[in-house]
Amino acid sequence: MMKVSIFAGLFFSYTIYSIIIYTKGTANDVILPAAEQAKVNKGKSLFQQYNCTSCHQLYGLGGYLGPELTTAWSDKNRGELYMKAFLKAGGARMPNFQFTSEEIEAILSYLKYVDSTAVTYKNPYMK
Amino acid sequence: MITEGAIQSLNTTGKAAKYFLVLALAYLLFGLLMGVIGGFQYLLPPFLKEHLSFQQTRPLHVYLVITWIFTAAQAGLYYYLPEISKRPVYWPAGIWLHFIMQAGVSVFIITCFFMGYFGGREYLEFPPLLGAFILLSWVPFVINFFFTLKPNYTTAPVYTWMWSTGILFFFITVSESYLWLFEHFKTNIVRDLTVQWKALGSMVGSWNMLVYGTGMYIMEKTSGDTKASRSPLAFFFYFLGLTNLMFNWGHHTYIVPAAPWVKTVAYVISMTELLILAHLIYQWRKTISGARKNYHILPYRLLSFADVWIILNLALALAISVPSWNYYTHGTHITVAHAMGSTIGINTMILFASVFFIVQAENPGMIQKRKSLTGKFLWLTNISLLIFWISMLAMGVIKISGKLNNQAFQTIMARSRDFFSLFTYSGVLVMVGLSLLAWFAVKSLSGRN
Repeated sequence: MMKVSIFAGLFFSYTIYSIIIYTKGTANDVILPAAEQAKVNKGKSLFQQYNCTSCHQLYGLGGYLGPELTTAWSDKNRGELYMKAFLKAGGARMPNFQFTSEEIEAILSYLKYVDSTAVTYKNPYMK
Repeated sequence: MITEGAIQSLNTTGKAAKYFLVLALAYLLFGLLMGVIGGFQYLLPPFLKEHLSFQQTRPLHVYLVITWIFTAAQAGLYYYLPEISKRPVYWPAGIWLHFIMQAGVSVFIITCFFMGYFGGREYLEFPPLLGAFILLSWVPFVINFFFTLKPNYTTAPVYTWMWSTGILFFFITVSESYLWLFEHFKTNIVRDLTVQWKALGSMVGSWNMLVYGTGMYIMEKTSGDTKASRSPLAFFFYFLGLTNLMFNWGHHTYIVPAAPWVKTVAYVISMTELLILAHLIYQWRKTISGARKNYHILPYRLLSFADVWIILNLALALAISVPSWNYYTHGTHITVAHAMGSTIGINTMILFASVFFIVQAENPGMIQKRKSLTGKFLWLTNISLLIFWISMLAMGVIKISGKLNNQAFQTIMARSRDFFSLFTYSGVLVMVGLSLLAWFAVKSLSGRN
């Protein structure tokens, strides 16, 4: 009976903790205007549709064949134009996905948004 | 008294379990092949870039090797359930239904990857609808597990708890990993990524429960000691593992700007794994003497190798859970080394122990006759895996030093080239070693001497 009680207690804690994670624990300060949010959503859909995560990481999640993209937007060695060039023509490792200009803009908006949230990534000692 | 119907049902179950084993081994071999092709794409970027790009080989590799893990665990369970419960499987036709559904879903997923249809989520890179079909294909398995075993949890051994937990959390975590389909999660990258890490971290814990439960069961069967799996110590470590499954995933999210207490909880819980590591080291002498005494028993030998990998990976996991180190190691091949060490070194060794436990029961002469040969395959796999593992740690160290010196991605890749070679060629040897073990298992199961 004790084992069942311990399991029930842990499971209850897990459920409560999950609810807190889904809400308060992941509240985000970056709120975008509706038009910008729609563009970001489109960029995110494209990022998933072309499985960019197989080669690129966001916040450490994804593959390693290509560079991490969490802070690529604000990285002074990369930035918007650098990423645009790769999205347009591909690279030695990256296939040319034949993205349209509109799709490239949407993906860049998404990466810009990700970058704007990356406060602890840029400064790990920040609370 | 055993009726004729019950004997027929047991025969059907045994046959179905063997089919599941062969399916699981097919997943493993195909998955390893995709992994090796992916490795060569690191070395030679244009290799198959236009026809089978890394964008396809990686999800194929990930999907297939994950599916190997849970399918092999399910195959073992179908074989062990009648023995444990002393009754035939509740719904024999359900095993075949499960087999057909699972194989069918796999064909769909593999076709999607080859045709370039992706869901684009880590681990679950196939279109989201197929995730629902994976869960659906598990339903006959769940019915058979609970209705055959009818577990009484007040007296059940720890492996019954582990299997039940693995099944429960597989359903919870796969469902949780699709929360991103809802606006509340989709439009907030911090929430989306945190929940994704949470779901995936616990999902790994769920299949670990299935695999470690199988390991405990085999250990009980080979040693004949039925007390260990009912001891307070076994349950203490089960609950410690369960706590980690539920709460330690946060050590993946130190760099995600979620609330700071998410990281604190994860760090504290992760450090409780020190108790497991200390216990394993304390038990080490016993493990070594047991391994020497039972070296002739192939499943025991495989479990001993898994023990070594548990110690190596646990030490690595603890090191990379320290926040100040995690900031540098996260997003490097050190994380991949941990994943590969766990899935190949621990899970695959335990699952092969289960495969050969069944082979031994079905065709004992074959194992005895070829024990020297299988020993060589096993050493080949493990030595190659150690080189593979070390090469990834080295690639991680190069990336960290590159980041600290603000080197460009291309420079870091160029500096890692020698280790990419080591990683790819040792990966080929891991594939060869595991393929030979799989070939021997299938040959023995088919009854050919």
